[in-house]
Amino acid sequence: MSRIKGCFAALKAENKKALIPFVTAGDPNPAVTVPLMHAMVEAGADLLELGVPFSDPMAEGPTIQKACERALEHGTSLHDVLAMVSEFRQTNSTTPVVLMGYMNPVEIMGYQAFATAAAEAGVDGLLTVDMPPEEASDLVAILKTVEIAPIFLLAPTTVDARIAKICAEASGFVYYVSLKGVTGAANLDVAAVEQKVMQIRHHTDTPIGVGFGIRDADTAQRVAAVADAVVVGSAVVNRVADNAESPEKINEAVASLLREMRVAMDAGPPKVGWMAKIFGTGK
Amino acid sequence: MSSEVADLPDASGHFGVYGGRFVAETLIEPLDELTAAYERLKNDAEFQAELDKDLADYVGRPSPLYFAERWSKQLGGAKIYLKREDLNHTGAHKVNNTIGQALLAKHLGKTRIIAETGAGQHGVASATVAARLGLECVVYMGAEDVKRQALNVYRMKLLGAEVVPVESGSKTLKDALNEAMRDWVTNVDNTFYIIGTVAGPHPYPMLVRDFQAIIGREAKQQIMTAEGRLPDALIACVGGGSNAIGLFHPFIEDSDVAMYGVEAAGDGVDTPRHAAPLCAGRPGVLHGNRTYLVEDDNGQIIETHSISAGLDYPGVGPEHAWLKDIGRANYVAVTDDEALKAFHDLTKIEGIMPALESSHALAYATKLAPTMRKDQIIIVNLSGRGDKDIHTVAGLEGISV
Ligand SMILES: Cc1ncc(COP(=O)(O)O)c(C=O)c1O
Repeated sequence: MSRIKGCFAALKAENKKALIPFVTAGDPNPAVTVPLMHAMVEAGADLLELGVPFSDPMAEGPTIQKACERALEHGTSLHDVLAMVSEFRQTNSTTPVVLMGYMNPVEIMGYQAFATAAAEAGVDGLLTVDMPPEEASDLVAILKTVEIAPIFLLAPTTVDARIAKICAEASGFVYYVSLKGVTGAANLDVAAVEQKVMQIRHHTDTPIGVGFGIRDADTAQRVAAVADAVVVGSAVVNRVADNAESPEKINEAVASLLREMRVAMDAGPPKVGWMAKIFGTGK
Repeated sequence: MSSEVADLPDASGHFGVYGGRFVAETLIEPLDELTAAYERLKNDAEFQAELDKDLADYVGRPSPLYFAERWSKQLGGAKIYLKREDLNHTGAHKVNNTIGQALLAKHLGKTRIIAETGAGQHGVASATVAARLGLECVVYMGAEDVKRQALNVYRMKLLGAEVVPVESGSKTLKDALNEAMRDWVTNVDNTFYIIGTVAGPHPYPMLVRDFQAIIGREAKQQIMTAEGRLPDALIACVGGGSNAIGLFHPFIEDSDVAMYGVEAAGDGVDTPRHAAPLCAGRPGVLHGNRTYLVEDDNGQIIETHSISAGLDYPGVGPEHAWLKDIGRANYVAVTDDEALKAFHDLTKIEGIMPALESSHALAYATKLAPTMRKDQIIIVNLSGRGDKDIHTVAGLEGISV
């Protein structure tokens, strides 16, 4: 069984939801990343999303844009990111790692070269923000030969027929982008997310992760109540950014956020939510 | 040339391996909606009549095809005709496209327009059509370009647009495009994104080309009237490639007509300071399409350089990438210095002050014309007028105006 499948199966057996933090590799410098990955796992992360820095991160808000700029100041390349995953795998062979980024670094490396190197490094999934399934067939075919899961996005604007089509091609998990906007936006509407997740659930048994706009224990708890996985990006990267000048503080700053989220998520759905469900909202 | 070449893109927006739709999932539905609306309206007589009327009465089309007799004589070769897009309302070819897209926005019921701009010409053309239709307009412009194109920034503000300086990345056109995409993905319900060139995700490269193809259709008729035959060569500058494809496209099946797209060589294509993806770049994916890019070995986009803000872009429209690969069009590059010389020459010899972008096309004409016979014909796309560049040119000569 693949690491991603194993991870979700184990969580399901315990009736828990996956906590998936995102950090940009090489932010604020390359030496920080691997120790931070281990620290996140220790703090309760189930799966890691590792951002591949790109010069033109079209779908990111200011927080992750700046993380890319910091990482690129050190020239962090896709090759470097794969080396970080290899290093991480020396002592962790169970936590799935998904690379998240944009097409162009993969294009330049070449699909086959990337797939081979990524599999060797111990990468479990690839999520490229600017690669909808229509453009992905060549890459997906190659990824499948090395058992790397192509992770596809679904959005609030994705119509039902398309949800069905994407879910049919999905593996690992599907990633629902919770809002119309860029990463780090603050307009999360949990009720709307719940509705859409139910719509997606109708089409697939693949676990559903939700990301964009989850910033603290409260939002993590509320989203975990309706999805299989909670992806936390800008909130984590903000902790990195806050400590960019004193990197030795980064691990704890990120870990404390993840521990709060872990506790809140494992406590189950928010009490108020259940009360409202049982007794109605009074409207 | 087979008609298949002129029939591209295919249904999914590809020109060979180029083009396509490399965007965040949120934008797929609005792009589908735009494609469907465009496919419906482009064959709608009423829409076409509305467009034609605007192009005639508001833009001032057809633009003249002018025989630059004195300049041709001095160069001592082919006869050079200039397609006078500089005489359009707002001073460049950009308005041909913004008029068309604004009409689409109106038909889609969008109330807010966003645009990216480099030189500011597309921003001005977008602000202009937004003013006329009473739509809100936000223009994203790299902070560097805001500085070098102060005049156009002020023009946009006078027209009622909000100009947002973009501070991320290299602070130029590519970053303005990123920021416009971020705005669009956030405000997709009420916002229409008017892309200013033949780049971006499908259907933009197709629809911008179709709106700009009026340039080539007119030029073809005009040269038949003036000379009774087709030209031997077409020359146009290539930033994103909209004025070039506008001129080229109606001639694609006329295989005896040579086509030259002129990129910005900046300090030289063998230096790190240029903006010539077709001449000195390689294929990759950026801004929603696969095309030639100026990029490093790791797939990071490299900061480009050109004296002309409108050519200072690391990518190029996918149809040009395709025309290059199949050999139908030739792509060459001209340095800052060569473009500047052409700027001064045309101003002094013909009394026409060209945009620095267009000066690249003119500079290549000064190389090509002398190699041709006196009875041969070149059409150069004079894509815009040079008023906006006076500060840049004066600054280089140590003069402040
Ligand atoms: C006068 C003029 N010509 C050319 C260009 C380059 O754009 P394109 O290659 O899309 O025609 C610009 C862009 O701002 C321009 O203002």
